[in-house]
Formats: sequence, structure tokens, C-alpha cells
Amino acid sequence: MAAKRESPRLARIQELWLLACAVLTLAPDAEHAPAWLTAAVGMTLAWRGAIWWRTATLPPRWLLTFLVAAGSAGIFLTYRQFFGKDPGVALLILFLALKLLELRSVRDGLAVIFLCYFLLLTHFLNAQGIEVAGLAMAALVAITAALASLGHAGRSAVEHLRLSALMLAQAAPFMLVLFLLFPRVQGPLWGLPVDAYSGMSGLSDAMSPGSISNLSLSGEIAFRVRFEGEIPPKHILYWRGPVLRLFDGRTWRAGAQQEKVSPPDTATSGAIRYAITLEPHNKHWLFALEMPDVPPPGAIISREYQVLAKTPVRSRMRYEMRSHPDFVSGADESGASLRSNMNLSANNPRTRALAEQWRRESGDQEAVIRRMLDHFRQESFFYTLTPPLLGENSIDQFLFDTRRGFCEHFASAFVFAMRAAGIPARIVTGYQGGEHNPVDDYLIVRQSDAHAWAEVWLEGKGWLRVDPTAAVAPNRIEAGLASAVPAGEPLPFLVRTDISWLRQIRFRWEAVNNSWNQWVLGYTPQRQREVLSRLGMREPDWKAMTAVMAALCGFLLLGLTAWALHKRVRLDPTVRAWNRLSRKLARIGLARRDWEGPADYAHRVALARPELTQPMAAIAALYIDLRYGRLNGKEPRQRLRGLIADMEIAVPR
Amino acid sequence: MQAVASFKRWLFRLYGPEAAPIVLNQRRVYVLPTRAGLVYAAALGLMLIGAINYNLSLGYALIFLLTGLGLVALLHTFRNLVQMEISPGRVESVFAGDMAHFDLQLLNRRKQGRFAISFKLEGGRAVSTDLSADATTTIGLPLPTRRRGWLHPGRVTLETRYPLCLVRAWSYVEPDMRCLVYPRPEASAPPLPLSATGESGGARSGKGTEDFSGLRTHQPADSPRHVAWKAVAREQPLLTKQFTGASAVQVWLDWNELPPDLDIEARLSRLTRWLIDAHAQGLAYGLSLPGRKVPLGQGARQFQDCLEALALHGG
Repeated sequence: MAAKRESPRLARIQELWLLACAVLTLAPDAEHAPAWLTAAVGMTLAWRGAIWWRTATLPPRWLLTFLVAAGSAGIFLTYRQFFGKDPGVALLILFLALKLLELRSVRDGLAVIFLCYFLLLTHFLNAQGIEVAGLAMAALVAITAALASLGHAGRSAVEHLRLSALMLAQAAPFMLVLFLLFPRVQGPLWGLPVDAYSGMSGLSDAMSPGSISNLSLSGEIAFRVRFEGEIPPKHILYWRGPVLRLFDGRTWRAGAQQEKVSPPDTATSGAIRYAITLEPHNKHWLFALEMPDVPPPGAIISREYQVLAKTPVRSRMRYEMRSHPDFVSGADESGASLRSNMNLSANNPRTRALAEQWRRESGDQEAVIRRMLDHFRQESFFYTLTPPLLGENSIDQFLFDTRRGFCEHFASAFVFAMRAAGIPARIVTGYQGGEHNPVDDYLIVRQSDAHAWAEVWLEGKGWLRVDPTAAVAPNRIEAGLASAVPAGEPLPFLVRTDISWLRQIRFRWEAVNNSWNQWVLGYTPQRQREVLSRLGMREPDWKAMTAVMAALCGFLLLGLTAWALHKRVRLDPTVRAWNRLSRKLARIGLARRDWEGPADYAHRVALARPELTQPMAAIAALYIDLRYGRLNGKEPRQRLRGLIADMEIAVPR
Repeated sequence: MQAVASFKRWLFRLYGPEAAPIVLNQRRVYVLPTRAGLVYAAALGLMLIGAINYNLSLGYALIFLLTGLGLVALLHTFRNLVQMEISPGRVESVFAGDMAHFDLQLLNRRKQGRFAISFKLEGGRAVSTDLSADATTTIGLPLPTRRRGWLHPGRVTLETRYPLCLVRAWSYVEPDMRCLVYPRPEASAPPLPLSATGESGGARSGKGTEDFSGLRTHQPADSPRHVAWKAVAREQPLLTKQFTGASAVQVWLDWNELPPDLDIEARLSRLTRWLIDAHAQGLAYGLSLPGRKVPLGQGARQFQDCLEALALHGG
């Protein structure tokens, strides 16, 4: 409709709004963007601020072109590509910063606003917690206020902010409807670049001295568990993760995994049922209490009783499990698979010698195991988060010299010694324990609960769990990490148990967080179908969802339209009747003029149409009495309406 | 083109001048996204793909909130225009070539203001204004004039993109108003033909302080020489000194006395110039056109009558 027109220039106040928005949106990116980009963007913002302050001229176009080229080249050199999450975000940051340098017209301003909205979205790639949502909401109000300022430079900041908040509040019901009903698609739509899931923490399938103690410094949540019924005692809460059996003298690694062929033996009593909400860790394995029987859909259970998903866990995942704590696996195992749990590396001669000696001295294998655990218990071994660094013969050094270590040191030394003594043994990593949140009754398992223990295979019995850490620091198992390590060690703040009111607040916060995760972040296509069928939609396919969504949005729009039309000032009924008279007379070209009083109007009509003199005079007199005189009430008003309705006007053809 | 124009007339219900007050009811306010609005929608689409690809639940929430914002913007923009009342206001006559101003009275009955509404006459410049809450605002729409005679402004396009520039709401109104455009005064006309008038007495005797007869309000056409500057210094409005007297010179501005090689418009143009000069000098003058004669007279009313006769000549 509109011809192409020059976009109006920005007022100074509008420029200030846009600058403030850009700063607000770019600030959180400083944490993740490459350092040089952060510095460059900071300098650009400062430069643009100075230009604004002094009302100087903007840099010429060739300089901007150069800056775009240089920045893009820098991003390419940093990431070696332009596609993918991190380079994409970096390019957006660059474009927003440089767009500020050619901020002249309202159209440029709109581009800045849209870039800000887009960048706001990319912040969710790093975190999606409640606090992130809150900050994003605040930024959204500000950006929308800036957009409103583009629509009208003359209004005050408070008015823009109020309007922005009002509009977003009115938009919220739409968001709710769309969020619930928009047919969800399980991403990704195409193969994601390799860097898509960088920055997820958790256990790995290799363990060397220090890897678990490092992880223990993190208070991040690994997964949450809701049990059907009572939470089992702590010494049962061994959450099985990667099983490691290959050793190169320093690092333990997992071997190739095979799916367990035979159905699980579920003859044991006392099965525990629970549901786990696993935080994404970009690895295949799922965690389960020892020992799981049936894998969740899309996963398998390996011969080593690891639960493995078919694809890496890249978004929060909820699955239900059943475990049998009394079940002992591997009674039927033999041959090659056992031999792979006997391999020893060539080094650590002193440990080998000691193990050989124990084997000769002890009657059976169980005695060797006891001997080893007693050794840990009776000699001066220390359980610490900050063990000394170990050299090439790490197990020798730990067992005979330093004697200070974390669970991976104890498990590693134990398994090595068992193998040296001729007993098949392997390392199991995972988590141990967890914290009960009384507010929502979930068990929270953190990275700081990461643990490593051992399994030994005994003829006729199968794989038995042995936790050498329990021999040294029984508290670790019974009461958690905080009570097991000496005071003064750098524990994650959230794991400390000594401040009770803080714990209370934390429990509450985590309960809120958990519902947030379950309902907002964990609203997957599957969850959507569950929720919708519980809400009464019989077949929630995408057609039905779209139809309901469109209908609800239509209702909301109708409501808003009513709001847009409703707030008119109701006219006085007398005035309405008077206006009707004017409309009626307009048919013969005698509409009342704006400035015309009732008496003048009656006079003019009488001059033009003498036959209307009588009724016009009566109507005008009544109107004057009603509006300006003492006459009031329903009856004379009705009389006025009647007179106007009865007046007969001959319309010329 | 004809078909498009008539389709447009049908679509937007354009049926010629309307009776005042014109109320913009919901059926005559149209809304469509602006180009910025389309870009906004495209950006949301891109963001949605990103959110699906990276499974960003909060991303979905953000995009859906922004979608809602777009819909809300639609209604806010609509609301900014709907139920406004428009009545024609004052129109002052101008000389051809000058800018005519059509005043509109805008009544906002709502308890909130209306903002950044632009008004445009076809061929004129857009004028933008805010309407305060529950008040009447007057706005003058400029329209360049070219020809003498009655000038009908035609359709007014009302438009607003407030508040978010994403949506354009517009409406067409055709208030019943017109402007009388006088002929353009000739720029370098020969002097007033006093010799041709057969007047008694010298031309200059009509001027002089002793003949000062009173003050009247200033009109744009009045010569600055006759402005009562003393009154201005006393912070009174602009007044024009009027001169009359028995000795006033009489001038007949006669169409037929003009050189025969002038065409109609040039004749009218010259007569207009002389008329202005005669009025400025306080002379008594009459106008003689083919088919119309304004008898000798003086003062503002006489001036108006003559100008009107010239403007409407042959019409």
C-alpha cells in the first residue's frame, strides 16, 4: 500500500534506548564468547557511546565493511567454520555490535531490536534455569520498550516500559497456549555441528587419578530420582555408570560393550521402582541402581549391567527403572570375558609383589579381599579431595608412599591388587548416595556424589561389589562426602551440611527448580502427549493440537479486540438522542454543525424546511431543558427520543 | 487502473464526502503488518528452527511470547485508530501556488491518548500528531494548490504504526470540505492603471495619517506597511490600519481594458495583483468581469467578494 519511503532518522533518545538494549543483551555473552570478541565488542560499545555523547558523526561505510570482514575472519580463525552454535552466536554478536555503528534511521533501529531478540534466544543454549528465564524476561521488557520508543520518540521512558510490560502481559496467554499446544518436534532437524553439546559435565568412560575428585568439586545436579515408596538406605544407593576393565598403568577404560542376551534374572525379592530425570551429559549411558532388570525404551542393558541409550543423552531425559539390590550378576560367566578382567599392566612391581604374597599366605580368594580391605583400614590411609600428584607407577606410589587419595585411588589400587592376586576384578564408576529433598520428595544426585568402586568375581557367586572407600571412610557411604573429607577441604558450597537454614532454602529452591525442569524444560513431544491426553484430548496428534491451538488463540484475540473496542466513554443518553436527530436530518443535508447550538440548529432547520418548525422547536426546547435546565430523569428523555423518532422527514428523490 | 480504483473504492467503502462527525468504527480501520512486521515474523521463524534444533524449551517460550507480542501489537495499533472522531474544521482561502491548509478536528473520547497518527491528503505532505486523552485536537493538512477555483481535498489517509512499528493501521475518510483558491497574483504586473479609471483627485491624497479610520484584525494579504506596529509593541494581536475618507481614489478593474493578447488566466492573474495593490493602498475599487460585476466598494468584504469573483470566474 505505502509507497517506498525514506525511513525517519533516529532521535537521540531512541539511540540511547537501542544502545542500552544492546549492552544489556551483549553483557551475558562475555562469559562464553572468545576473549578477543568480547574485548572488540566492548571497545565498539564504548566508541559508540562516545559518539552518542558528543553527537559526533558515525564511521564511514568503508571502515564498517572492513570491520565486518575482519571480525568474520577472526571468527573463522577461532572456530575454523561459520556453521554451528558457537560461531553462529559469535557472528550475531559481531553484527549487533557493528550495526550500532551505522545506527541512523528507524529501520536500522528495528534491525538492532530484532538482533537483540535473536541473541536473547541464544543465551538459552548455555543455561535455561529459572534465574536465566527471569533475566531474559527483564531484558525482553527493556528491548520491547526500546521498540516502542522507535514508534514514538516523544514519550517518556516510564511510559515505554509500562506499555512494554502491558503488551508482554497481554502476550503471555498466547505464550501459554502455544507452549502447551504447539505440536512439538523432537530436534535436531538436521545433524548438529560437533560443538553443539560442548560444556556438559559428568563422568567419562575413562578414569585416571584425579578425574573423579575433580568432578566432586562440582555441585551440579547429575540426576534426580523419585522412588515409588520409601527411599532405600544409603548403602544401597550405588548408581551404576561406566564399567572399566582396561588398564594401561595409569588410566582405566571401558571395553567394548555387548548387549546382554539372556533375559534378566528377576527372581529376587524386594525390587525397587523409581523414575530418574537425567541431566544431559552427552554420553550414552544412563544411571540405574544396581542391578537394573529391564532397560527403558530406546536403551539396552549390557553384559556388564550398564544401561546404554542408543543416542547420547543431549536433553534432559526422564525414564523409569526397576532394580534388584540383592541380585548378583555374572554367576555363569567364564572364559574370555573373565580373562579380560585379569589383564595387568607391566608396571607397579611392589603392588604385584604384595598381592602375590597375600595370595600365597591366604587360603582362599575371599581372604585376599579381606586382607586388602584390612590393609586400607589399618594402615594410615587418608581419604581426601586433594591427593598428591602421582607419577608413572601410580598404584605403587599411592599404596606405599603417599597413602592419600580419593575413591578412584582406592578402587584402582584394589582392583589392580586383586588382579595381581589372580581374582577377576573391574572398576565401576557412577554415583553413590544422594540427598533427599523433603520439599518435593526427590532424591538429588550431584556430580559431587560421583564415586568409583570395585567388583570382584568369585567362583560360584558371580560379581560382588566391594567398595574400598568404605573401608577407609565409612562416612562417605553412610553420610555423604561432606562428612567424610577432613574439615577445611574445598567442598562445593551446596554440599556442605553444616548450615541448616541454608539447606532449607536450598531444598526449597531445588524443589522449584525441579518442577521447572519437569514442566517447562522437560516438556518434550512425549510429555506433551501425556499432558494433553490427561487434559482430555483423546488423540493428541498434530492436527488436533493445531486446531485447538488456533481456536484458543482466536478466543484470546477476540477478548483483546473487545478490550480494544470497549474502553469508550459512554455518551450521555440525551446527547445520543440529539446525535440521532442530526443523523436523521443529515439525509436532507441538514446535519448539525459542530459549533451549532440547539436553538440555532432548530432555527436553521426551520428556515430550510418550514414544515419542521413545530417539531424542531419542541425537540430543541426539551433538549435544552434536559441538558442545561433542571429537567432530569428517564421519562423526559424517553419523550425526547419519541419526538425525534416520530419526526417525519420527506426525503426528496 | 480503472478496475483497481473501483475495486479499492468498493473494498474501502469510499463513497464521497461524509457527514460530520466521521467516527472510525472498527469496520473501516484496516490493519496489515508493515515490512518490519514481516521481517519480525521471519526472524521468529528462524528462531523457531533454532529452538527445535537445539531443543530449547525456553527458546520455545520466548518465541511464543514474541508471537503473542506481535498479535497484541496488531490490536494496540488498531486500537490507536479505532473510534476516533473526525470533523472538518476551518479552511482559509489561499492564492494559487500557496499551500492550502485543511483543518481537521480530531476528537478522542478515550481515557488514554492516541499517538503518532499521521494524516495525509493525496498529493500533500503527511502530518503526524498525538491526541491527548478525552480531548479535541486540531490538525492542519497541507495541500499545494495550482489552480484557482474550489479545491476539494478528497480522501484523507489516516495511518499509524504505533506502538511497535510492526503493524500499520489505516483508514480513509473524506470530510466534506473545500478551499477557495484565488488566482495567482501576477509577479511582475504593470502598475495599477490609475489613469484608466477616470477618478477625481490625486492618487496619493488617499494616503496619509489624517485619513486613518480605524483598526481591524490583520489578514495575511494585508501589506506590512499597514500593520499597527505600535499595537504589536503593546502585545496586542496583529492589527491593520484602515484608511478611508472622502478623498479616496476609485479604481475600476476592468477585464476588457486589458491587452487583448492576454489569455484568461493571465488576465485574472493581473487583475488579482491589481486588486491586492488597490486594497493595500486603501482605494475604493470595483471589478468588472464578463458576466459579473462587483460595484465600487472598499474594505475586507469588498476584497473578499472581488477575489471570489476572480477565483470562480467561468466556473
